[in-house]
Amino acid sequence: MSRLDALRGPTPPLDHNARSIAALAANPACDRRAVLDAVGVDKNLMAVHLGYSAQFGQSPFAVVRTRQFEEIVRAGGGAGLLPLLREALGLSIDTARWESADESADEGGGESAEEGAGEAHAVRHTRTEALVARAAGDPGTAVVLDRLLLRLDVAGHEVHLEPGVLVFQAGERFHVVTIKPFAVVDGQAETGRVSAAAREAAVYVHAMRALLVRMGLAPDRVSHDVVLVCPENFSNVPTASLLDVRRELSVLAWQLARLTRIDRILDGLPSGLSLDLRIEAGVPTRPAADLDEAVSGIAARYAPECLSACEMAYFCRAEARSGGALDALGRAVRDDLGGVETVGAAIGLATGTRTATAGEQGVAERLRHIRKIYQETVAQETVA
Amino acid sequence: MSMFRSYLKAQAFHEGRAQPSATVRHVHLSHAPLVFVPLRMAGEAAAPLGAMVGCDRAAPTLLVVPQPRNRELRFAFATELAAVVLPYIERFAGETETVEAKTPYERCLDAPQILVPNPRGVAFSRLLGRSTRFRRTSGPYAVPPSVPAFGQWLTFLAERAEHAGSSMFLAMTDVLAAHWVTGQSGVEDGTLAALLAWIAPPAGSTGHEAAAESEDPTRTPPAGPDTDPEFDRKVLQPAIDAYDASGSPERVEEALRRHLQPTWDLMWRAVDLLRGLPEAAGVSGRWERDRTALAREVARLGENPTPQGRWDSPVAAARRLAALEIAQQTYEAARAFDDPLAMAEYRVEGAAFAGEVVAVEADRRIVPPGGKRAVPRPLVTVRTGDPVRLAPGTRVFSPARRTQRKAEIVSVAGDTVTIQINDGMGQGREPAPGSVPSLGEVVCYTDLDPGGGRTPPLPALSDTPWTHGGPPEPYVPTDEDAQESWS
Ligand code: SF4
Repeated sequence: MSRLDALRGPTPPLDHNARSIAALAANPACDRRAVLDAVGVDKNLMAVHLGYSAQFGQSPFAVVRTRQFEEIVRAGGGAGLLPLLREALGLSIDTARWESADESADEGGGESAEEGAGEAHAVRHTRTEALVARAAGDPGTAVVLDRLLLRLDVAGHEVHLEPGVLVFQAGERFHVVTIKPFAVVDGQAETGRVSAAAREAAVYVHAMRALLVRMGLAPDRVSHDVVLVCPENFSNVPTASLLDVRRELSVLAWQLARLTRIDRILDGLPSGLSLDLRIEAGVPTRPAADLDEAVSGIAARYAPECLSACEMAYFCRAEARSGGALDALGRAVRDDLGGVETVGAAIGLATGTRTATAGEQGVAERLRHIRKIYQETVAQETVA
Repeated sequence: MSMFRSYLKAQAFHEGRAQPSATVRHVHLSHAPLVFVPLRMAGEAAAPLGAMVGCDRAAPTLLVVPQPRNRELRFAFATELAAVVLPYIERFAGETETVEAKTPYERCLDAPQILVPNPRGVAFSRLLGRSTRFRRTSGPYAVPPSVPAFGQWLTFLAERAEHAGSSMFLAMTDVLAAHWVTGQSGVEDGTLAALLAWIAPPAGSTGHEAAAESEDPTRTPPAGPDTDPEFDRKVLQPAIDAYDASGSPERVEEALRRHLQPTWDLMWRAVDLLRGLPEAAGVSGRWERDRTALAREVARLGENPTPQGRWDSPVAAARRLAALEIAQQTYEAARAFDDPLAMAEYRVEGAAFAGEVVAVEADRRIVPPGGKRAVPRPLVTVRTGDPVRLAPGTRVFSPARRTQRKAEIVSVAGDTVTIQINDGMGQGREPAPGSVPSLGEVVCYTDLDPGGGRTPPLPALSDTPWTHGGPPEPYVPTDEDAQESWS
């Protein structure tokens, strides 16, 4: 049994998805998230069991809308998608084959069967490789590949990436095609959502390129231009635009390279540590205090950005706040206060109750100055 | 963030209470603003779900769309909302005065002020304006005339909201965060309830406690336009199903009233808090600009009532960006001039300094380069504790002597700065009394210029070079735009 299996206990691991990998990469210094993700813990369930409210719940309306839009785009074996791809990529093809790496998905099956999950993964991954190889070997035929199961090396640990995009090949080029339900109104969409889509798509481009390399093919056959398919204006009619994810790709590669190798983190953890929720009939039964202690034993690196990126955020925020960590107020605050770690230390330096270390002299002087003019100004104004 | 604000954040966390970052109110606040709390259906760009709107805190108008997927009901909502908002705007649009100037111009006597909870409320309103302004009042999918008119006004207001210093359409979280610094991060400050919890926690609790309490979505629903997913699942979905089955909107109304009421109340509490601050000196001038912009829009609608196009031409876009940037710079400078706490932030960064005048050479006269006669050029030396980062030769301005626009730094030595006064001293041989700081006076100088901001030279729209598409074609309404689906 591997160390990860031991930490996990008998619960089957969760798959990674592009969002979780992008989020993990965005906070490369957080060992806690690295371990929880490598183990494949259901972080949402864990946070709720620890007494924090659930994050990232989706409204049923949004779920319906997303599904409807996906259906519209995929309707008729991609009949509506082809003209969009043609236009976005400036191609002159008439037909494209549609192939899925997951044949069971059509019958409503899936990878839910617990025992067979590993096996099903293996089958789908083999099929994925075969489909990509065939497409690459026949660049003259346009093809849309659906439900590919890609693998990715994350912190020295191989993970599966839930299928969330289509891959289109025409000519010598593969393009990642991502379908998103947010509207593009007069050529503009919400910036936050577009950048999230770009970050996620970059994960797929990265994984596709890794696959081509493993197969002995040139990675740049996967384009850095991703096709983003969204509803146009206030309608349900899909429109496609190209999204250049070069920047996101290099950020991702840099961040992935910075992740500590998971076995090094694991080596530093106490032996006998378990992250098992002891799920019985779908309900965690492990005493929360016990679990709390186990999770707290893995170092975290909280920042307010976690609130929109990680299911553990409220737990980690409470921990950071109880220690008065400046990180809880935002990374910028900590950067501004040049390396001072806690609120207590910052206030201590400002009031002079804390002796500045050699490295803190400059910050201390500035803080005392700020405190002085702030107090003077407020006092003057209250008199006036 | 600046170090000044970071310190205030730490201090707020330490004290468990927000710290004021302004001594005066930098936005205009109407006697009776129109508060607008819109909700949209999750997953949709601009499908309204409901809204609470009105000028009377005791009697909000509740509008709901009992089945948000129904296009007819959406337009019914737009019509009802227009029936509240249009008369409010038109009340101001009709009354103008002529301002005597080199080229006299029209200005409205007052202007509307619409307050929404957060920037997303502004963005949603902009989309609502976009989805209604092209509608036609005849032919297929006809709507009442108030719908496109309302759409045009919303578009105008949302556009104005991007100008720093404009007060016609404000996001409350932005306004509060410009006047107080809390002990939580900027992410949490985006939530109206959490922000208010820090600024004015209930008696006996700290900001920490009050903010934590405000995070429970069942007690304090989100301020919109997005609703809480659990609310959607447990309350709204069944209520909409009930409407589909019975045709009675009652349950949806009840659900949305409960969802909206807490935010409505918070909005008015925020208004009260802001009223407690005295108005900054520059506010009335900026409000005059809003009133002028309103009169201009009234005139535009009078001449050519076609809706604003879907895109700006390149030159119009460049002009707009330049105007926004200037508005931002002038606003920031004006804030610092009107408010010693805002100025303190610049003092910390070394872009401003304050201190006591320790030496004055009031009768100094020199012959300026290229000149013939000696003219008064007094020197004033200030001792300051601030870390001055302004180099000799920098032109500086002082809140106490706003007409002097040419003072410059001559030297910086240790903790003293010497300034030469070059203008604003009257016509006489001697500087006019009071025009030169006197010994012992506490003064403040900065390179921020509230009177600055010249429009960069951009060609007039009609002279747009061909490289930028030539002069823009005015927007011509199309059937397609008018009948665009809203599904
Ligand atoms: S919320 Fe906690 S576990 Fe998740 S990334 Fe942030 S610090 Fe790490």
